Amino acid sequence: MSVTSLPLANRRSESRWRALAWYDWVLAGALFITFVAALYTAFLWAPTEAVQGDVQRIFYFHVSLAWLAYLSFFVVFLASLLYLWRRADHWDILARCSAEVGVVFTTLVLITGSLWGRPIWGTWWTWDARLTTTLILWVIYVVYLMLRAYTTDRARGARFGAVLGIIGFADVPIVQMSVVWWRTLHPQPVIEEGGLPPSMLVTMLISLLAFTLFYIVVMRQRLRIELMRDEIERLLEEAEG
Amino acid sequence: MSSFARQVRALLWKDLLTEARTRELLGGMVVFALLVLVIFNFAFDLRVDTIEAVAPGVLWVAISFAGIIGLGRSFILEKDRGALDGLLSAPVDRGAIYLAKLLGNLFFMLVVEAIALPVFVTFFNIGIALPELALIILLGTVGLASVGTLFAAMAASTRAREVMLPLMIFPIAVPVVIAAVEATALLLTRGSSSSRAGWIELLVAFDLIFGILSFVAFDYVVEE
Repeated sequence: MSVTSLPLANRRSESRWRALAWYDWVLAGALFITFVAALYTAFLWAPTEAVQGDVQRIFYFHVSLAWLAYLSFFVVFLASLLYLWRRADHWDILARCSAEVGVVFTTLVLITGSLWGRPIWGTWWTWDARLTTTLILWVIYVVYLMLRAYTTDRARGARFGAVLGIIGFADVPIVQMSVVWWRTLHPQPVIEEGGLPPSMLVTMLISLLAFTLFYIVVMRQRLRIELMRDEIERLLEEAEG
Repeated sequence: MSSFARQVRALLWKDLLTEARTRELLGGMVVFALLVLVIFNFAFDLRVDTIEAVAPGVLWVAISFAGIIGLGRSFILEKDRGALDGLLSAPVDRGAIYLAKLLGNLFFMLVVEAIALPVFVTFFNIGIALPELALIILLGTVGLASVGTLFAAMAASTRAREVMLPLMIFPIAVPVVIAAVEATALLLTRGSSSSRAGWIELLVAFDLIFGILSFVAFDYVVEE
């Protein structure tokens, strides 16, 4: 029922979105090249940090992943607002897919951070403001995905998801503020002190670009799959008549 | 009295009357809150020198866990025999439904806290400035109940009702819990009144933000 609510013009533009297009190949090629470049610069080209040694190299990926996690959840937030406003299914699909990708990125942020923290801080985990906020962020969006899975009615799931997607994102700065107050003693993250040397900055930027392209490619394919799934459901309903 | 206030009063009265007749909720919430206090006593094996360190946490775990029970019931009750559909098709403002549910939940939670607090003070043998603690508890409860009422409405329509409610409330309400626990802790250790005031102001701000967000979002949750 709910999938057929789009007007015809909209449906036609959707079918154009479903097909694999030339720019998908361009994006995939660009992703491959930048990813190889990111791996090369991070592991071989960038100088070894004087104090931390090779361990510091994980930060190129850690920071890129963190940036993408926030970007994904911001996309969830925007798409949720747009869904409640326009009620078009594709905004809901965008929100759901971005939440999935965001949860994966946040998981990797926590893991890479732990891997770095063990040799440098001497502990896998500490209840520092930034770590705590990231962990709560992760939980919120895992719950978002569970909520989507447990809500059987599709339109209702979309509305509930949008509400949690908006409140969850609005919650992030509030959590951040309360946690910073709670842990006022925590040291500033190392990477923010002073500027990075140019070679490290370049490596960082290439890594950022690679991961951003990765997000775009994954999201694009994820959206295609969901749109195809919608089409199959619609055809099935038509066939059953 | 405006028609909005009349609607809120009628809906709130309905919930209080239901509870007065069925007595399903309050007794359970009170006993549960007391049980939490007892279990923590075993868990930490409370010694005199650690009471101030753990007491605020214990108090807020008891409050939020007992609160979850009440919040969950408030909408599951309406789901039974399709009462919610009747409520939604009645010519009642959706905001009035939210507000009445919020006030009802708040009432039940405050009653439980009024009973559990003296027990808490006795069990843990602490002396405190009661008026200020009452203010902190009130503010923390408003914060928990405002998002809790919204999420209870959502959770009641999902497959795993009882599981989803705490999962949604706790991560979102983390700021409220942190502020409430910190303010309570500063009160118990007689910390500076300015830092306590800071946490209390923060609680007021969180209550406003969560209250307004939930009030607006409720419309989208129950539409159909």
